[in-house]
Amino acid sequence: MFSWDLLANAVVAGLLLGGFYAAVSLGVGLIFGLLDIANIAQPAFVILGAYAAYVMNGTYGLDPILTGILFTPVFYLIGAAVYRVYYGSFERRGEESLRGLVFFFGILFIIEVSLSLKFGVDYRLVQAPYIGKSIDLGGVGIAYRYLVPCVVGLAMTLALYAFLGRTFYGRAIMAVSQDRLALRLMGADPIQIKTIAFGIGIAAASLAGALLITIAPVIPSTDRDYIGRMFAITVLGGMGSIGGTLVAAIMLGVIESLMSTFFGPSWSQAVSFGVLLLVLAVRPAGLFGR
Amino acid sequence: MKRFLCRPMIWILVAVAVVTLAVAAGGPLTARAADPIKIGFGMALTGGLSANGKPALLAVQIWKDDVNKKGGLLGRPVELVFYDDQTNPATVPGIYTKLLDVDKVDLVISGYGTNLIAPLLPIAMERKLTIIGMFGLANNEKYQYPNYFQIQPAGPDPATSTAIGFFELAAKQNPKPQTVALVGADAEYPQNAMVGARELVKRFGLKTVYDKNYPPNTVDYTPIVRAIKATNPDIVFVASYPPDSVGMLRAAHEVGLQPKMFGGGMVGLMFTSVMTSMGSLLNGVVNYDFWAPEPPLMAIPGVKEFLKEYQARAEKAGVDPLGYYLPPYSYALMQVLGQAVEATKGLDQQKIADHIRATEFGTVVGKIKFGKNGEWAKGRTLMVQYQKISGNGIDQFRGPGKKVVLYPDEFKSGNIIYPYAAALK
Repeated sequence: MFSWDLLANAVVAGLLLGGFYAAVSLGVGLIFGLLDIANIAQPAFVILGAYAAYVMNGTYGLDPILTGILFTPVFYLIGAAVYRVYYGSFERRGEESLRGLVFFFGILFIIEVSLSLKFGVDYRLVQAPYIGKSIDLGGVGIAYRYLVPCVVGLAMTLALYAFLGRTFYGRAIMAVSQDRLALRLMGADPIQIKTIAFGIGIAAASLAGALLITIAPVIPSTDRDYIGRMFAITVLGGMGSIGGTLVAAIMLGVIESLMSTFFGPSWSQAVSFGVLLLVLAVRPAGLFGR
Repeated sequence: MKRFLCRPMIWILVAVAVVTLAVAAGGPLTARAADPIKIGFGMALTGGLSANGKPALLAVQIWKDDVNKKGGLLGRPVELVFYDDQTNPATVPGIYTKLLDVDKVDLVISGYGTNLIAPLLPIAMERKLTIIGMFGLANNEKYQYPNYFQIQPAGPDPATSTAIGFFELAAKQNPKPQTVALVGADAEYPQNAMVGARELVKRFGLKTVYDKNYPPNTVDYTPIVRAIKATNPDIVFVASYPPDSVGMLRAAHEVGLQPKMFGGGMVGLMFTSVMTSMGSLLNGVVNYDFWAPEPPLMAIPGVKEFLKEYQARAEKAGVDPLGYYLPPYSYALMQVLGQAVEATKGLDQQKIADHIRATEFGTVVGKIKFGKNGEWAKGRTLMVQYQKISGNGIDQFRGPGKKVVLYPDEFKSGNIIYPYAAALK
């Protein structure tokens, strides 16, 4: 069944999917990869972002991506507040490992149940001019509902990369993950820096949720489908490496797409996670981890 | 002391004791007569199947209210005891153990869906319970448990029930399709449907050019659809759950997959939220269904009243506002159980099962008679085609003409638009 046409389409579809995976995983890359906080509620915030897009789309006809952008400050504040509670209740007392994990599990369930109570459990979709349309570039079909999330995902990655490398707060976030005491000696408050980083991570979830609902319908429990992928991409890319997250996301996207096209979709995720295990066996810190 | 226990005092004490005993004995007897009949079940109120589980619960609650308004069953009010099974089969044994041993329910029914009925059947067999399954595909094929019944109108051969109408329709078309692509999710229902579809492919002499499964949490379906398109099949049979159904249909439009027939076993397309969101993308899809607001089905006694009540309560309950898929059957399931209890004048599990096996029931979905394996004696899985849908308004789906029944002939309400591409114009 091999043809160059199919190969080109599979690779492009994989790249587009990878861009979306990167957007969904950035928050985890920041919070889990850089801050070492196992925020397993991150996918629930993504779904919360998806529902925000759904509500604004259904009520005011607002574009889902625009909603995602508009809601980032709101999600930033939610994230900052969640971190403060987490810090005050667990991290400050050195109880962040197990009890912190339970805390985030609790948040995940609270978000899921709250969404169920408010919106019911029907599948929710959004309308946008680019959903359901595609263009053909020399025999390669590109669906807009994947192209738009991919472009936004790449833009998010670049923005975060630039923020972390070129701004004071960004460098401080990189520093807090390496040496908290040294950061304090430089006059920066590690707690404030971590609050900012956590807030940015959750804000990224708002936008990722908007991207998600443009691609597929969501219900409150959709978050469970993404937990494994998000953490796998972060670990594969290397903890704390934003560029690594992007590379890992694209790798998984392309592998899934190639396997689906040529060997049957059943193999796609098995091979993706097989690659993850293989990479970790050779490079335990991930592709770009230190 | 001797003075205290004088003879009049002894008589008074005896009288008090007698009255107390009489009250004590009579009290519970009176209460027992008014004790509710408890019907227990687990239901998917969260998780992947909750979009159907919650409407099913609402239908059961409407039945309970209707029955209680008429004085209950056997003169006793009906009470529902239910727990959220979270669409997780692992929770089912615990839920039913609690229902039977702690809540002491009198009767149980299954939760919604094949995956959730599967772990219940061994419990029912061990405890000799009578169980009516709510939309389980071929759950009893291995066990052949005689006290299991199933409300989905799959018929005596449940494995092929989803697909039979699709392939029978295909065989009648001109030009007759020669090749088929089969694709289904790696989950219990789609896999059962795929087994049936493969059998029918052989029966109808078609050539399979694509036959693959995919993981249920797949995000991008375009590579799958593109691979199918590369094999150039005449017809494409899809067995999918709601998110995949949406993904497959969108991908088919984006990739430009236009076989002569497309659809078959796609769960979710009939959900109101999906229909209103997908709009005209649905046009031409030929898919299984159980209910449509078409004249032959709406003529069944009682269904209009039920749907009116359901639709009035659906918005507040946050569930599918039209309820054309599962709710009438959930209500019918309870009608069967209620009629069996009344007819046997008791709660004896075996007598209820014997009665259900021997009787034809009048319900809001029509006459139901169960066959040997607990399935409907005669199958009635519909094959519908979405036609002339424009825009995303919900009102167009309330009446006939948008989900035209093509199969079986006794409920046929229109003709197929063939090939698929013709319906897209």
